[in-house]
Amino acid sequence: MNTGMRYRNASPGKKLFIILLQLVMLTYVVLIIYPLFNMVISSFKSTRDIMLRPFSLPESYSFENYVTIWVDKGFGRYFLNSLLFTGCAMVFVVLLGSMAAYGIARYKFRGNTLLYMLFLSGIMLPLKAAVIPLFQIVKSLGLMDNPFSVILVFIAMGLPSTVFILSGFMRTIPGELEQAARIDGCSDLRIYSQIVMPITAPSIALATIYNAVPIWNDFFFPLVFIQSDKFKTLPVGLSSFIGQHSTKWDLLFTGLSIAIVPMLLLYLFMSKYFIKGLTAGAIK
Amino acid sequence: MTKARNWKKAAWVTFFVLPGAAIVFVFILMPLFMSLFNSFFSWNQLIRGEFIGLENFKKLFTGYPYQERFANALGNNVKWFVVTMLVQNTLGILFGYVLSRGIAGHGTYRRIFFIPVLFSIIAVGFLWGLYLKPKGMVNSLLSLMGRQDLTRAWLGDGSIATYTIIAVNIWRWVGFPTLVFMSAIDNVPAECTEAAYLDGVNEWQMFFRIVLPLIVPSITIISVLTIIGSLNVFEQVYTMAGLDGPPNYATDTIGTLFYRTAFGSVDSGAPEIGIGSAIAVIIYLMTFGISLCSILFTKSKEVEL
Repeated sequence: MNTGMRYRNASPGKKLFIILLQLVMLTYVVLIIYPLFNMVISSFKSTRDIMLRPFSLPESYSFENYVTIWVDKGFGRYFLNSLLFTGCAMVFVVLLGSMAAYGIARYKFRGNTLLYMLFLSGIMLPLKAAVIPLFQIVKSLGLMDNPFSVILVFIAMGLPSTVFILSGFMRTIPGELEQAARIDGCSDLRIYSQIVMPITAPSIALATIYNAVPIWNDFFFPLVFIQSDKFKTLPVGLSSFIGQHSTKWDLLFTGLSIAIVPMLLLYLFMSKYFIKGLTAGAIK
Repeated sequence: MTKARNWKKAAWVTFFVLPGAAIVFVFILMPLFMSLFNSFFSWNQLIRGEFIGLENFKKLFTGYPYQERFANALGNNVKWFVVTMLVQNTLGILFGYVLSRGIAGHGTYRRIFFIPVLFSIIAVGFLWGLYLKPKGMVNSLLSLMGRQDLTRAWLGDGSIATYTIIAVNIWRWVGFPTLVFMSAIDNVPAECTEAAYLDGVNEWQMFFRIVLPLIVPSITIISVLTIIGSLNVFEQVYTMAGLDGPPNYATDTIGTLFYRTAFGSVDSGAPEIGIGSAIAVIIYLMTFGISLCSILFTKSKEVEL
């Protein structure tokens, strides 16, 4: 792209505009970094300290709070459950989502648009408003207090946007590629898995982050469908701090700091592809 | 020959599409129809009673206390939509534009701007809830700057509490439209912008005459997502204010009202499945209807290259 926002060579009015914008954006950066920083340092402080001197640095860095919450409060188990639930759900979201996107984007058949609309409507229809019938469905499937209920709902949550993003991209892949492979005797499954999927990787990164974050952070469905402590997830464990009158802020901040690590890692790891995926025409 | 090939094609399509479609059907579409079905019946706790037609809807629109609560909650959802649309998406388009046009530090900005999205809503609720307390960080910062007059109970004052929560939500989400618009503007063909430059347009004209018309599809997507998001506000209010939309229902939204109705605490304290389902049906209809209208509206503004 050309150099429209270079400070040098800009007219005085534009210089002022650029300075103003830089100020706004730097303020926003501070507003992002500070809470993150504050959250992590607070995890090393005592509740008393957090309340009385919220800006101060901790006196010492001991991992006492981390041990307490990980072991005594059972967050170790919640963390593993969250990893397991999110991991399972995301594997199926990407697998089934890319398959469906491939089927819809690369085959012409009657009902094609209707199927696409089915997935699209899933983006528009808020799943939380469906909690009563979902409860009925899960109950009749005998999946109450069973991790599968939450995982299935998570998959349903992630599929529509994944199909939307991936099919949008797959439509832009030239048909010759596929025809050439077909002439070489590739089966449809191999075309999907070895030709289309690798090209689609940036869009898959986009769909993964777009869906893994809300799934990892969701506390609504695990709260509704899970009762046993052994199946609880990290956000559910954290939500138990809501509305308490004497919140243990030190432990809460420790839990919050633990909870953001996997998503931060995922994002840093994928951000290059993620941004490429956005630009690749998944969202035009 | 062609028949066999058609069968083969049908088999492949089924293989690829069916598993995903089945899950979406069972867990998204079926609940929609079940909500509609449930809303036509009277309910005694979790047991379905007799068919009562539109009685639940009537109660919701005219009966006490539902009518008042519903109107109040819907009003707040409208506030969410208007403020988010105006502030968040305008900021998003502005940020996206300058990032795409290579403002100094654009690579770092675009990575950092998305980080708040990664925070769980619980973290956002607690952190900002703490900062916005009467004696919290925001007020002490204002006092420090000598602006005592601006300090207030951000979440305790009914006239501003909703806007406070919306502001925090914008803090969390603005990176998303920023990245979407940035990539959309990146995709505007260089010939268009370069030709415009040669013709000597200024930055204003460049933005409004060249770039904006070409990114209408992404504006559509962001608008629709804003509508959906605004009608489904729940966690933000739940974590920062509470289920009852305190103070005195000032922050109540359809989402929290629905939750209280479905799980019980609005009228008698018992779950009201019938009225809850009626609210769900209205949420569905509004989301669907308004999204469709805005898609059709922006479709008419689209320009082809």
